[in-house]
Amino acid sequence: MDWLLHAGDDPVQKLLLMLIAIALFVGLMAVILFVVDRPRNPPRWFVGFGFIGVALLLLTLGLLYPAVSTIGKSFLRRNSDDFIGLDNYVRAFTEPQFLIVLGNTALWVLVAPLIATFFGLVYAYLVDRSRFEKVAKGLVFLPMAVSMVGASLIWKFVYDFKPAGVDQTGLLNQFLVWLGGEPQQFLLLDRPWNTFLIMNVFIWIQTGFAMTLLSASIKAIPTDIVEAAKLDGVSGFGMFWRITIPSIRPALVVVLTTIAMTTLKTFDIVRTMTAGKFDTSIVALEFYEQGFRQQDAGMAAALAVLLFVIVIPVIVYNVRQMRKVEEIR
Amino acid sequence: MSAEATTTKPARPASDINGRARKARKALSNPWASTLAIVIAILWTLPTVGLLVTSFRPEFDIKTSGWWTVFGQAASGEGVVTFKNYEEALFGSSTNMFDFFVNSFVVTLPAVFIPISIALLAAYGFAWIEFKGRDILFVAVFALQIVPIQITLVPLLTGYVSLGINGTFWAIWLSHSAFALPLAIFLLHNFMKEVPRSLVEAARVDGAGHVKIFFQVMLPLLTPAIAAFGIFQFLWVWNDLLVALVMGDLRTFPLTVRIAELAGSRGGDWHVLSAGAFISMVVPVIVFLALQRYFVRGMLAGAVKG
Repeated sequence: MDWLLHAGDDPVQKLLLMLIAIALFVGLMAVILFVVDRPRNPPRWFVGFGFIGVALLLLTLGLLYPAVSTIGKSFLRRNSDDFIGLDNYVRAFTEPQFLIVLGNTALWVLVAPLIATFFGLVYAYLVDRSRFEKVAKGLVFLPMAVSMVGASLIWKFVYDFKPAGVDQTGLLNQFLVWLGGEPQQFLLLDRPWNTFLIMNVFIWIQTGFAMTLLSASIKAIPTDIVEAAKLDGVSGFGMFWRITIPSIRPALVVVLTTIAMTTLKTFDIVRTMTAGKFDTSIVALEFYEQGFRQQDAGMAAALAVLLFVIVIPVIVYNVRQMRKVEEIR
Repeated sequence: MSAEATTTKPARPASDINGRARKARKALSNPWASTLAIVIAILWTLPTVGLLVTSFRPEFDIKTSGWWTVFGQAASGEGVVTFKNYEEALFGSSTNMFDFFVNSFVVTLPAVFIPISIALLAAYGFAWIEFKGRDILFVAVFALQIVPIQITLVPLLTGYVSLGINGTFWAIWLSHSAFALPLAIFLLHNFMKEVPRSLVEAARVDGAGHVKIFFQVMLPLLTPAIAAFGIFQFLWVWNDLLVALVMGDLRTFPLTVRIAELAGSRGGDWHVLSAGAFISMVVPVIVFLALQRYFVRGMLAGAVKG
């Protein structure tokens, strides 16, 4: 029994446990189907429940109940059952430490999606008429495939610092030196400049996402519109501004809101770059710090609920625009 | 969310004309735009190349000169390429990333297979079995997509502690499976709905029950959808840090947790960090390059997840 839980430390045993787990679940599904198939004329609810039962169970225990429970916990003090009303929320909106966190989060949500979408749009437009379209798009999209931790390491090395007078090993500082400047400890810069440099990692990843979606929309613009505009003498920037942008507006909104949602929930980058030090923390990271480092379950719950509440309007707007995009197609 | 449905629709009849127009446009393409596009793409890749080059340089070189100097070194014939960093990162006693590499696999594969098998059944139930309350339940499942996983973590962990499975692979598998279900069910349901009713009716006339229809009609048609979701989920779990960190312990930590920890504790040891970063990236990059088409589909559909 204990082996089934932990499997021992060597790789072979772990892989064996992995295979057993997969077999167990796939087998469980097979057994359920077998049972459902048994009776001659089973009632409909029986068959229906057989098919969706496990999913409902897992969703209830794994998502629904914990979410409701967290909302309840956000009104409790630390790890106790003392009801303290909205105190955790009040703290989040008044204590200087949390105000910095909220301020940074606002900065992230407002700036990162805009820049990533802008880059993605310009690049999608640029590459649409180029000869190396496939390769160029692949290279910009590649950061989407690696983990945010890995991406953070890549950029941490770009920001690497050596004192003036010594050979630089970070690319950005080397550029500064080449231009005749002093090398900087970028992640120690004053707020909000260090936050912008961390945000840059996120933008580097998400631009590929924006580009892929927007490129698809640009290609879907009917040729006759483009031809008509050309006959009317529209060209260059006018084409981009008056034909491309209006034609893909719903897709632009979908991309913006989708990236905004990702921004809110991302904590890996800040954690890897600075661990939230030097006034760079954001709500998603502070949630982790409060819940699993400071052991303040009440505060963590309040921050998680806050995250949820901020995400909802963005999602509603996103889904609405998504419908529009589909109607247009 | 439902972008999936649109990306799989058959190409519009006009696309042939569009395609020709695009080719014509390409022939007349602006050389400046092409040059600029490729320059930006190279700039975009430069940070990654820098770390990749670094991972093959000796420790002393990494600490004393920039990675871009290797090109000068190589030209003068004094460049050194070493695999020692990878050896140390993989098998060194203080890093032993090989063990964490195994953990990444052990965490990821069941976290892909379990939700797919559960979601396939549920999606069929929602799409083709009529029972009371079905529509309300389906809307509820759909709506659960908006729950950020952060909001579930503390109570989930408490639950695992009382079951005695906290810190085991089981806790991680179950968590990832639950988080994946709303999207998986929604996606697979959309695909199953598009299967022509006549096909299902025909099978039914032949005396096939739901189970037979599920296996013989649905599954073969669903391969692209399963692939799209499977790859999306694979990369999501492989690259995940939050769930692995909260639900796991030293025996289960995957590569992401390990390299994040190394970045904190050995922040200056770029010879280990660079090699470690690429060890963690090699699998997702291969999966991505080999199955890009499916990945883009899954990504479009799953953009809202988590």
